Amino acid sequence: MATKILTEHINVPGIETFDVYRKQGGYTAVEKAIKTMTPEAIVEEVKKAGVRGRGGAGFPMGMKWSFLAKPEGIPRYLVCNADESEPGTFKDHYLMKNIPHLLIEGMIISSFALGANKSFIYVRGELMYVIHILEKAIAEAKAKGFLGKNILGSGYDLELVVQPGGGAYICGEETALLESLEGKRGNPRNKPPFPAVKGLYQSPTVVNNVESIATTSWIVNHGGDAYAAIGIGRSTGTKLISASGHINKPGVYEIDLGVPVEDFIYADEWCGGIRPGHKFKALVAGGSSVPILPANLALTLANGEKRLMSYESLSDGGFATGTMLGSGGFIVFDETSCIVRNTWNFSRFYHHESCGQCSPCREGTGWMEKVLHRIEYGHGHQQDIDLLVDVAKKIEGNTICPLGDAAAWPVASAIRHFREEFQWHIDHPTEATQPGAVYRGEMALV
Amino acid sequence: MTTETTNPAVTFTPERVAKAQEIIARYPEGKQKSALLPLLHLLQEQEGWTSPEGMDYVARMLNIQPIEVYEVASFYTMYHLNPVGKHVIEYCRTGPCCLMGGEEVYAHLKQRLGIDTGQTTVDGQFTLKEVECLAACGMGPVFQVREKYYMNLTNERVDEIIDELSK
Repeated sequence: MATKILTEHINVPGIETFDVYRKQGGYTAVEKAIKTMTPEAIVEEVKKAGVRGRGGAGFPMGMKWSFLAKPEGIPRYLVCNADESEPGTFKDHYLMKNIPHLLIEGMIISSFALGANKSFIYVRGELMYVIHILEKAIAEAKAKGFLGKNILGSGYDLELVVQPGGGAYICGEETALLESLEGKRGNPRNKPPFPAVKGLYQSPTVVNNVESIATTSWIVNHGGDAYAAIGIGRSTGTKLISASGHINKPGVYEIDLGVPVEDFIYADEWCGGIRPGHKFKALVAGGSSVPILPANLALTLANGEKRLMSYESLSDGGFATGTMLGSGGFIVFDETSCIVRNTWNFSRFYHHESCGQCSPCREGTGWMEKVLHRIEYGHGHQQDIDLLVDVAKKIEGNTICPLGDAAAWPVASAIRHFREEFQWHIDHPTEATQPGAVYRGEMALV
Repeated sequence: MTTETTNPAVTFTPERVAKAQEIIARYPEGKQKSALLPLLHLLQEQEGWTSPEGMDYVARMLNIQPIEVYEVASFYTMYHLNPVGKHVIEYCRTGPCCLMGGEEVYAHLKQRLGIDTGQTTVDGQFTLKEVECLAACGMGPVFQVREKYYMNLTNERVDEIIDELSK
């Protein structure tokens, strides 16, 4: 049975209210942190826990905290990245909607550890109803003395602000988020300087994901070593996985890192298997930006061992035979899925969401979408597949922020593993564009 | 685009003025431009869309140039830069929703309303917009009307929702 660090109380009726959350042991971590620990001791526990950024990049959270510049007389900020917008990823939405006080409690502990007196939760604007839930939870916590001036009589002040976005995936990139929070277009900044030195309002800033911040209550209560004892290797702790696509039980699941991918897909405890009468074809393991894998490589490593749900195991083999855990956006495809159509769909997303600042991304994402569209709609040219590979290579690594990579990887990996499907579309334009037409290897069409 | 002096007609209701002042006060002194996105949401909530006159009003409120508001409003997809219908249906067109039959459901939605994406019905009741991933992938196909999510959509469910909203 998996440890429940984030979701243990999520189904308790009324858990979205302060009183019920408190009755379940909520806010004890704030009391412990503020009354008995120094900020440095909290940072040390988070470092010991080895928790890695749950927004997708997987950078060690404690290390990120320790980079924070600490000049005297300048405010420091903590900003929670709740701009979740990657296709396939919906865990933060689930967490904030159902148990908002877990995030608020994590924000208080993290802000205290970082010496921030004003912190922001930047929520994607489409989740306006979640914003109202968070605002209500903040008001409750403030009324009970856990926020505002002189928290629990400690002399520590903290104000929490919920900021709505305006609808732009790029604002999930931390410097674009800071630009947006300053009331500007969400164009990513050049780095360095990193936010830890010059972030929000040119002050030292830490930007962390919702899930990362929400783990801090458990870490404070149980200790970093206890957290590090869960999981596998450098993939410590639990992870929320958003599961969607052709599975029997879509939803958000909290797993111990290290569970075999096969078990996660087929066990009743999690996805419950592929929908009846169908076969597993492909997997996107960590949100639309990570490389797609065919079923055999999704379940096993190149050496035949079982692939696990962990940062290391999913990336085993690099992009030739591996992928990434990313944000945990787990999309399962059965044999009725057209890989070309899905790749075009993802490509359209990245073209739409490119902020337009860097030419390779602005132009390249448009070219990829256009070429994929013509292949999907029966007008592909023989050289189009190589053209796509070439454009993807020219975008990857050549942009200010990782959106360029995020746009290139789905296309490059789909061609790497399903090239014959693209070729078949080009060779059979009339059949391939029939409604519901799907290439199934030797079986051709249905 | 109008300039700030051509049409000062848009002003917030007294309740929204108070709300706007509360929002502006959230940010450190001198950093009030941070209130821009929330104020544009407030404007759109009142006016139904992000009108040029409204943007000029917000610019005056924040003591910034109107162009600073226009460039922000046009970057983000949530701000309607043209008038919209009473109900704006924003449907998620991305991968996971499409895997669950989204394309067929949205085709039915368009047929039912008799409009294409970006258009408004002649009676002014509905506007249809595409949106990129609504972070509800496990419950797709999904669309949003104001703050309400409608999930696990089927053609029949779409008909029910349209009937409900048309009342």
